[in-house]
Amino acid sequence: MIVSRGIRKSFGTKEVLRGVDLEIPTEQSLVIIGQSGCGKSVFLKHLVGLLDPDAGEILVDGERISNAKRMDAYRIRMKFGVLFQSAALFDSMSVSENISLGLIEHTKMTRGEMDKRVAECLEMVSLSGTQRLFPAELSGGMRKRVGLARAIALKPQYILYDEPTTGLDPITAESINDLIIELNRELKVTSVTVTHDMVSAFKIADRIVMLHLGQVIFSGTVADVINSEVEMVRRFISGESEDKAVVTHY
Amino acid sequence: MTKFVVDAANVALSPAQEFGRKLLVSVAEVGRFGILMARTFSEMGAVFSRGSSFIKECVRLGVDSLPLVILVGAFTGMVTGWQLRYQLEGYLPFEMIGPGVFKSIVLEMGPVLTGLVIAGRVAASIAAELGTMKVTEQIDALESMAISSTRYLAVPRIAAMTLMMPVLVAQANFVGIIGAWFVCTFFLTMTTQQFFSLIPNFFYVYDVMAGLLKSLFFGLSCSMIGCYVGFNTTGGAEGVGSATIQAFVWSSISVLFLDFVLAMILF
Repeated sequence: MIVSRGIRKSFGTKEVLRGVDLEIPTEQSLVIIGQSGCGKSVFLKHLVGLLDPDAGEILVDGERISNAKRMDAYRIRMKFGVLFQSAALFDSMSVSENISLGLIEHTKMTRGEMDKRVAECLEMVSLSGTQRLFPAELSGGMRKRVGLARAIALKPQYILYDEPTTGLDPITAESINDLIIELNRELKVTSVTVTHDMVSAFKIADRIVMLHLGQVIFSGTVADVINSEVEMVRRFISGESEDKAVVTHY
Repeated sequence: MTKFVVDAANVALSPAQEFGRKLLVSVAEVGRFGILMARTFSEMGAVFSRGSSFIKECVRLGVDSLPLVILVGAFTGMVTGWQLRYQLEGYLPFEMIGPGVFKSIVLEMGPVLTGLVIAGRVAASIAAELGTMKVTEQIDALESMAISSTRYLAVPRIAAMTLMMPVLVAQANFVGIIGAWFVCTFFLTMTTQQFFSLIPNFFYVYDVMAGLLKSLFFGLSCSMIGCYVGFNTTGGAEGVGSATIQAFVWSSISVLFLDFVLAMILF
């Protein structure tokens, strides 16, 4: 279980997170939605300890990761797999090397065992046989899949997805959504997905949380979102801009 | 309804406040640089556990810089030989050109010019490489995999450059002296005997070692600055470009500054 208590974060004079309180129960698929710049990705980086809050704390299975000592943070991070928005594959490494990096650093697997695990992970993301390719040779969707294969290589308890479908065509985005659902089900992981793609959010979420101006303004199931009376939520799911909303209310 | 927002960034500061702000920012930068240094030294053991990375960086940053270093060394030696002849004419015998070239190259020109070459080639390339990794979230990806970016990326580069720098300077020194000999014997009617005859009289092992010691610090500072600037790159392609320039400028300044400080300590 991940618990966020009063997370506040500023960059210079800009306050991005203004006290985020959230509980993410084990094996739940939580989706965080919100407008661009509302602090979703910043919050996600706090969950894995890549950013430390100015105030508040993140607890992972009862252990504090925020402002933790580096070695403690690394130990807790072993529980996480992260899929970055741009996939963040190491471009000087092949697909196989990208996926096996974590295994080399954190396990005592033999070369053969690692190759087997890499093949398993690639099979899970339907990219068998791509071990020797380099990131530059992959399409956007393939990169995300390899990023996902890398994220699950160490069998994490928590998977964080940062905009997993952004920049993908609808068919590829749909296949990534299916993949996320399948992985959540098969690996029994807790997942946190940051997105502003409502199709994706409705498909993969057990619970949806909306961040607005650095605060949680809504939390509920997909049905709750659809029936929500919160103006910001209604506007967000219908894609209505603020100006249009003002005109509508006249 | 009109909202009045006070943006602290746009509030005009008095000159004294602006000076104070810049001072604080500089102190924070120095602090962050110190933290990177401390982390690098504390994780230096990774050189042994990640030997292949270290050797790869020695080749990439050191051996691959050799042609440029040799070129710079050769021309420096040739110019030094030629100009010493002009400067000594009428004051000292031409036999003094050999010791003059030897001293100036070994003590100063070899280490400093090689340091500046490395600032341009290596520090800038490290900053560009790590900067690109930073803006494309590859460094975040490493850290999220519980892999220390300092240990994985900085340590092999810094250790390799620090170790390779004296090797490069030794080559530059050698080629520089040969370059001066070439100019003196082919263009200035000196014999090989004349050029080398007085060098043993002025040869001190300490001079050579002091020059190489200086180069060790130059290698350390250039690679450390390249890593620091790379790790702190922000923005996209423009940020990477700016990081490359910053790394070159700061590492060049560091070479010149360290040269002065070490000269005062060593001589």
